[in-house]
Amino acid sequence: MSIYFTEDHEWVKVEGETATLGITAHAAEQLGEIVFVELKEAGESFEKGDEIGVIESVKAASEIYAPAAGEIVEANGSLGDTPGALNEDPEGAAWLYKIKLSDAGELEELMDAEAYKASIG
Amino acid sequence: MGQTSDSAPKRTPLYALHEELGGKMVPFAGYAMPVNYPGGIIAEHKQCREKAALFDVSHMGQVVLSGAGGPAALEALVPSAMTTLKPGKARYTVFTNEAGGIMDDLIVSNAGDHLFIVVNASMRDQDIAHMRSNLAEGALSELSDRALLAVQGPAAEGVVSQMAPEAAALSFMETTEARILGADCRISRLGYTGEDGYEISVPEDRAVEITRALLAHEDCAPAGLGARDSLRLEAGLCLYGNDIDAETSPVEAQIQWLIQKRRREEGGFPGAARIQRELAEGPARKLVGIAPEGRAPARQGVEITDQEGRAIGRVTSGGFGPSVGGPVSIGYVAAAEAVPGTKINLVVRGKPLPAEVVALPFVQHNYKR
Repeated sequence: MSIYFTEDHEWVKVEGETATLGITAHAAEQLGEIVFVELKEAGESFEKGDEIGVIESVKAASEIYAPAAGEIVEANGSLGDTPGALNEDPEGAAWLYKIKLSDAGELEELMDAEAYKASIG
Repeated sequence: MGQTSDSAPKRTPLYALHEELGGKMVPFAGYAMPVNYPGGIIAEHKQCREKAALFDVSHMGQVVLSGAGGPAALEALVPSAMTTLKPGKARYTVFTNEAGGIMDDLIVSNAGDHLFIVVNASMRDQDIAHMRSNLAEGALSELSDRALLAVQGPAAEGVVSQMAPEAAALSFMETTEARILGADCRISRLGYTGEDGYEISVPEDRAVEITRALLAHEDCAPAGLGARDSLRLEAGLCLYGNDIDAETSPVEAQIQWLIQKRRREEGGFPGAARIQRELAEGPARKLVGIAPEGRAPARQGVEITDQEGRAIGRVTSGGFGPSVGGPVSIGYVAAAEAVPGTKINLVVRGKPLPAEVVALPFVQHNYKR
């Protein structure tokens, strides 16, 4: 199991064939109170860098970008009703997607936990 | 919106206190201001609706217009009646331009021997230059040594009157001089949240002490720009630069109530031709409340379409309304589509989302009349 981080403040946890995607605690903190989450549906495929969802806080809207190419296996539907969960547990229960990666090798370009921590100071 | 500068943002007299209270400081209208404190925008918003919130609004411009001719002279710049504004009363108005658009909105208070005027921070330099070039030489002076505090919410009377008993006797849009902790202050019962409350002009060198004393009341807590914006949005109050600007007229903005009967009939203010025509015939577009059916906030700039998909206007302010518990927007639509109940669409990220025109405000005003 490996965890990677993106410059867009997302985390990707790889477990076998699938990966789980979410936003970092730092991202949730910066966004402030999250009041709306819009996710794509299972079955949709995407390329690296595609916009695959939107998170809105009381302050602003923020896009979710695909960290690598793949297909959505499952979207966390509970966030539609309880978007505030993203402030409570963004790196745990409030994950966004389970995804099937086209090429897990694409993740090697991302940061590890130490590098991400350094990047946010 | 307004002037921006490369230089470091200015600080209000409460800057250090904001930092001490954990305020998240952001640049706004040339000042470093707290957008929120550690409790967050939603908690601060609810604090104001349920108890009392204290906002630092010292970035706004405070101006004194002296001389017996002040009210009559000011009427040449604004469409509201100023000569009939009685001592101790305050009035909301706008500076209009020759095209009938709005240069800024402001509050004018009759302080007895002078008018006390509060203008937006972002437009202060423009407004002062505008007044100086149109009013009597030397009649205008900016109060650059005063801070401005807003205490807003149903508990505001208790919070303020424990330090200045005169505050309890004021009604909405009334103003008085008062001493707070021995300092000469001006207390006005008005605000920008839809709630009962006060704005208090205080000497800058006493601002921290007075703020601490107000915050010491168990019902009072600090709130930042974020809550100020969501509160005013739910209250249907215009933000200059978003909802009103040099293009929009007071009639389009649905604040024509600020133009009293005599001024409607006589004119004599910049842009009177357009404004009188719109008063008689109705404006082509109107500012309306918009309730999205779903959960997605529709923010400034979102296109508004009718049922057939034709563009009919744009959202000028929008976001999440904590007291409403969902998204709220305001924006301009063609007059024919401005009737409450009209079904419209908000084009958010390319998708038309269903919404309905609703009467403003979203949350009933709670003023002490």
